[in-house]
Amino acid sequence: MKTAGIQKSKLLAPIAEVGHCGLFLIRMLSSIRFERGLLLSTLQQTYLIGARSLVIIMICGFFVGMVLSLQSINALQQFGASDQVSLLVGKSLFRELGPVLTALLFAGRAGTSIAAEIGLMKATSQIEAMQLMAIDPVQRIALPRFLAGLLSLPLLTAMFNAFAILGAVMFSIGVMGLDPGIFWSKLQTGIYFGKDFLGGVWKSIVFGGLVSLIAVYFGYYAKPTGEGVGTATTRTVVMSSVLVLIFDFIMTSFLI
Amino acid sequence: MKDPIIRICNVFFQRDDKIILNDVSMDIQRGSIVAIMGPSGVGKTTILRLISGQLQPSSGSIEVNGKQISALSRHELYECRKDIGVLLQNGALFTDLTVFENIATPLREHTDLTEEAISERVLAKLESVGLAGTQELMPHSLSGGMARRVALARAVILNPKIVLFDEPMTGLDPIAMSTVGRLIRETNDQLGLTSVIVTHNVEQMKKLVDHCYILASTKLIAEGSPEALMHNTDPAVDQFMNGRVDGPISFHYQNSSSNSPVDSS
Repeated sequence: MKTAGIQKSKLLAPIAEVGHCGLFLIRMLSSIRFERGLLLSTLQQTYLIGARSLVIIMICGFFVGMVLSLQSINALQQFGASDQVSLLVGKSLFRELGPVLTALLFAGRAGTSIAAEIGLMKATSQIEAMQLMAIDPVQRIALPRFLAGLLSLPLLTAMFNAFAILGAVMFSIGVMGLDPGIFWSKLQTGIYFGKDFLGGVWKSIVFGGLVSLIAVYFGYYAKPTGEGVGTATTRTVVMSSVLVLIFDFIMTSFLI
Repeated sequence: MKDPIIRICNVFFQRDDKIILNDVSMDIQRGSIVAIMGPSGVGKTTILRLISGQLQPSSGSIEVNGKQISALSRHELYECRKDIGVLLQNGALFTDLTVFENIATPLREHTDLTEEAISERVLAKLESVGLAGTQELMPHSLSGGMARRVALARAVILNPKIVLFDEPMTGLDPIAMSTVGRLIRETNDQLGLTSVIVTHNVEQMKKLVDHCYILASTKLIAEGSPEALMHNTDPAVDQFMNGRVDGPISFHYQNSSSNSPVDSS
């Protein structure tokens, strides 16, 4: 009986955690006050987690664009359709690779940093001190980081896509010698604003909210020990990556 | 005339199956400096957390400044905490803010003072804790004693009615210990505060406090002035106040949920 009870509670634990995370999100959103302090701290966090992720996003975007065009040209050449490479690269980037890869990179670069920072603040009693000073740490610590993540990821995705296109241009035109006019015209006529571009934007907003929610949640509820902070950081990357891929499938099935 | 600002009545507190506090009552008088003493792990910090509303008692009541702490909503509790300053064991300074910003944080959050007025009050408070000129330093460049004094300045910047100190002397050298002790007394008397200090440092408390409570194995075993407690003949009180190894207070961890107040053997 006891073993069955333990197994049941183990099965229910993830569901309970989803509910707890949902309540945390509601608490965070209900603490939004349209005041200067929130705007300033959100902008500061956007710089810390967004702008400081730019370099890695640009480098990765550039090389993803290069490898994508390399693979595409290689495959399309077999059918004599290598001039379609910009269309294939553009569709893949705007619809899937841009939002998904940026979210995964963002989880690794910024998500871990948010979780570790909040976890460390907890381990050193700074969160407790804030509560004792009658300052709501959810409003002052978690909310600006969540909003900054929500704001940063679509912008980072745009940068990722731009540098991926640049990588594709350099490889396709510069190395493989494709005609620049055909490359750009195929890209311009084949990519649709609503289906391709906006679809990617929606995805990146959802992924931004998802990754930053997971990061602030695991950081806020980290055990106040070194090991607890480490676990929170690891769980942030793992859960963010898995959920981004799951949500990507769900959203694609609605957007396609 | 008795005028308790904190009333703890028959508080019982347990965590999982372990009893931490069993029928503990205290009346802490307005304007006094009170010490809650006892061996490590006896539940001293738990009492501070109960007073500040971070924990809820399993039964019994805690009244702070005329308000039942356990009956307050989150918003009411935060309002009540504006009258309570807390100095945590490690100071808990915000590591990404300067000394100035650390002390200014409660003012920025809870007052509409101008930058000029905030600066004036923060610098005056820094001066009063003997740290004038340190406002631009970061917490990592402060010594333990300095960090504790900055945390004290931050705890009293809103002129609270009550200040709770969690082991303020732990880890300090004798000079820093005396400095912090003197500051606690001066701040308490100048601002008309009530100070509650959790500690196990008997020597410092003899010089500093007006009234002591001694806890041992879940129960309040004695209370009174430091002098009276020094002459208390109760074996457990005598053992604790004089730091004796042998006595009824067990050195070993007791994991029983029904552990007796003192070892009866």
